[in-house]
Amino acid sequence: MDVLLFTFFALVAIVGAVSLVVQKHPISSALSLVSVMVALSVLFLLLGAEFIAAAQLVVYSGAIMVLFVFVIMLLNAGAERESRKAGLAQFLGLPLTAALLVFASYVITQSMSNAKAVKFGAFTGGGPREVGWTLFTQYLLPFEVTSILILVAIAGAVVLARKEID
Amino acid sequence: MSQFLPPGFFTATVPLNAYLILSAILFAIGACGFLFRKNIITIYMCIELMLNAVNLSFVTFSYQFGKVDGQIYSFFVMVVAAAEAAVGLAIILTIFRNLGTLQIDEIDSLKN
Repeated sequence: MDVLLFTFFALVAIVGAVSLVVQKHPISSALSLVSVMVALSVLFLLLGAEFIAAAQLVVYSGAIMVLFVFVIMLLNAGAERESRKAGLAQFLGLPLTAALLVFASYVITQSMSNAKAVKFGAFTGGGPREVGWTLFTQYLLPFEVTSILILVAIAGAVVLARKEID
Repeated sequence: MSQFLPPGFFTATVPLNAYLILSAILFAIGACGFLFRKNIITIYMCIELMLNAVNLSFVTFSYQFGKVDGQIYSFFVMVVAAAEAAVGLAIILTIFRNLGTLQIDEIDSLKN
């Protein structure tokens, strides 16, 4: 069952990611990205990260993607036009990312020889209780710094969205 | 039902490397889109895809070491991504209002 679930949702994630890159219209790309995020949240659940899976659904595919779709519709963004000014990325982009992928896979398979096998239910330390305990004891300072970051982001978003640039 | 399935179907496990390689594949696809696409919103979504791929790596390593720390990191990545989305989309709004385009190769006013 683990293998079946992993294969299915990994395929959904990869197809969604390819569709995100290939689609011409931003709305189609946004909906593909939502499917990738939902598939990833199922994979998080398989890895025993219950709280992160829920947060992924609520924060990413809920809040952030709604923000994206909202901006796309607000700007009435149409399909992307072809442009000739592609530059170096057109020729080097695909080989370089393929090289990155091959290198990363090589390093992973070489260095992770003592990797565990993933079985659903084997790791139970990812519930809200454990995450909350670690977050508010060991990682209290980063958590508080994060609140300052969000405050700055709110102020920045408000200032940027209302002012005109000369 | 179970006699139609191969033996060990319900007990088979997935190697951890499969998750890491899936994460690498998603990251590479995101990087590809970042390089090839010209719509500024789509480029932004590709960045979100790369952040998600890294989150998957964090959670996988959290499983490998049996500790919750990796999940905390991915939680922080999520928070930073949310803040980044708010500011970045405000920047996109301002760019569109002032320049009237979302094509990233037409936004070159710093060049002249």
